Amino acid sequence: MNQTTSKMPIAHALNLGLRHAMEADDKVLLLGEDIGQLGGVFRVTDGLQKIFGPQRVVDSPLGEAGIVGGAIGLAMAGYRPVCEIQFDGFVFPAMNQIITQLAKYRHRSEGTITVPVVIRIPVGGGIGAIEHHSESPEAYFAHTAGLKVVCPSSAQQAYDMIGLAVRSQDPVIFLEPKRHYWLKGNVDPNRMPEALEKAEIARAGNDLTLVTYGALVPVALKVAEICQQEGRSIEVIDLRSLSPIDDTTIIRSVERTGRLLVAHEASRTAGLGAEIASRVQDTAFHSLLAPVIRVTGYDTPYPASRLEEDWLPGLDRILDGVDRSFAY
Amino acid sequence: MTNEPIFLISQDGSIQTDEVLKLDFGTVDGPGLYRDMLLSRRVDTEAIALQRQGELGLWPSLLGQEAAQVGAARALQPRDVVFPTYREHAVAWCRGVDPVHLLGLFRGTTLGGWDPTVNNFNLYTLVIGAQTLHAVGYAMGIVRDGDVGTGDPDRDRAVMVFLGDGALSEGETNEAFVWAAAQNLPVVFFCQNNQWAISAPYSVQSRVSVAQRAEGFGFRGVRVDGNDVFACLAAARQALDHARSGNGPTLIEALTYRRNPHTTSDDDGRYRSGAENDEWAALDPIDRFRRYLDSTGQIDDALLNQIAEEESLLAERLRTGCRNLPNPSPDSPFRNTYVDLPVELEQQMAEHLEFVEAAE
Repeated sequence: MNQTTSKMPIAHALNLGLRHAMEADDKVLLLGEDIGQLGGVFRVTDGLQKIFGPQRVVDSPLGEAGIVGGAIGLAMAGYRPVCEIQFDGFVFPAMNQIITQLAKYRHRSEGTITVPVVIRIPVGGGIGAIEHHSESPEAYFAHTAGLKVVCPSSAQQAYDMIGLAVRSQDPVIFLEPKRHYWLKGNVDPNRMPEALEKAEIARAGNDLTLVTYGALVPVALKVAEICQQEGRSIEVIDLRSLSPIDDTTIIRSVERTGRLLVAHEASRTAGLGAEIASRVQDTAFHSLLAPVIRVTGYDTPYPASRLEEDWLPGLDRILDGVDRSFAY
Repeated sequence: MTNEPIFLISQDGSIQTDEVLKLDFGTVDGPGLYRDMLLSRRVDTEAIALQRQGELGLWPSLLGQEAAQVGAARALQPRDVVFPTYREHAVAWCRGVDPVHLLGLFRGTTLGGWDPTVNNFNLYTLVIGAQTLHAVGYAMGIVRDGDVGTGDPDRDRAVMVFLGDGALSEGETNEAFVWAAAQNLPVVFFCQNNQWAISAPYSVQSRVSVAQRAEGFGFRGVRVDGNDVFACLAAARQALDHARSGNGPTLIEALTYRRNPHTTSDDDGRYRSGAENDEWAALDPIDRFRRYLDSTGQIDDALLNQIAEEESLLAERLRTGCRNLPNPSPDSPFRNTYVDLPVELEQQMAEHLEFVEAAE
């Protein structure tokens, strides 16, 4: 654990984080489809089976309910399983185990049984994929009591947050912005990580608060840069944790800026944007100078990839949202 | 594979031998099994009465399944781990779970009711088949702990998971079979085929017997007479030994009959005949075992009186215990959802407690 800072893509940062977690605690093990010899379809677990063996990096049968249900049993037996679901759209066969069992076990057992399971899921679009490979299912999980839901946006966060997720006593849904797996950033493994549930101010600003997470964070930073040239100072908040939500950081920011825009790839209705808008009007109603703007995916199934560039909230749609806020 | 359920005690109480299923009768505490069956039936009878009196919201009766459950449970060692459905009252009894604690779930004072780590008896699972995967995962843990196939009888252990005939149709059960077979896990699937999944007869679920299903997954299936406590005990012992030795899973089908409605809320007159029920009442597992005990002189009045006395005490304890089950505190849902209580939830808890206090 004495590496110094180095530049690496998010996928490698996750790999390093998992490796360090497995070195630190021999109860940590990985379960998933094609994660062993292949290293996962995104290569996040590349080489780990060679280091830790097939008992700790388990190539699972092709069944997502089995991966999560098996992980629950392993957790009851004292292990700390980290599951890999191959794609966002394939988590649904495991939903029964996640919602009726994983999320509820501690509550059902009145606190006697905890099930510290991590479920890693590559999420989001923008990779030109076929159906079921570009989805943003976070709201289902954030709506489920008993789960923590997190989503890193950079290599450093990926490294820090996977370690924290593995050490969490509560189950964690760990969403990985798949189109940025190969986005590079500095990783210092010795850095003291921020708490898992803390949002991060990715860029300070005074005129509008832009809240987003995962793959849209780099887009939001570009938006802020462009706005700066137009004389608008945008504060970008990288949510990191989607459940619980770090209200304090958001509200403190909105109290200063008076304007809020929430952007996410997921559909609009009953999404994270709605929840954040509601919380802000609860607490900072009088600070708001304009209605809260949501720039999101639409309430349709994810479209065929030839349409995704315009369907997804990108630079132009978010800039347009900023304009709407200032025009109010 | 023979499809006739194996039995070791005939209806008249005489002993049969079987080529596959051996039982060393000298190692069996016959009167003990009889006592277990009678007392767990009494738990069931009292719980139904408590439901009728409005003390329980619901009760899933085990009537008719006592031999299957007691036979399976008495094959277990304390270090083996059990994953039940919601009808395993006799298994809970044998594991040493206080029967009063079984009532909380059905009275609405808890969603669980006991600490699963004390008796290695997990909480009741209401989602059909979901527990089969937990059993598989737990068995993976046992393998990784190195507690299988060592030959040390104080170390090797196994998982027994209970399921019903309806659960055979659930995808999760089938995934559990796949995992257990592929990884050769120390798990015993004990299926009580009570022939009815609420109103659906077994023919709705499958064209082959439960036991035959195992073959396609690559492990052994055994079909026993679920109303014969010895057959169930022998099959469970054999399967547990097989699992603990590192030889992998077994699916046991104990063919029996759910003599009461699915739960106290169900009306079985709408889907099955009383005549069928009468036929199975005549095949009562406790009466049958009593004939064996009588014919072998293993039971006397002193013992019967003692069991009757225990039954009365148990009944009284259940009635009192049920009414005395404490209501959960209004903050418990908030405190038990996460280990790390989120700020938002802490605020909701405060809001709720203030509301509750004001309402009082």
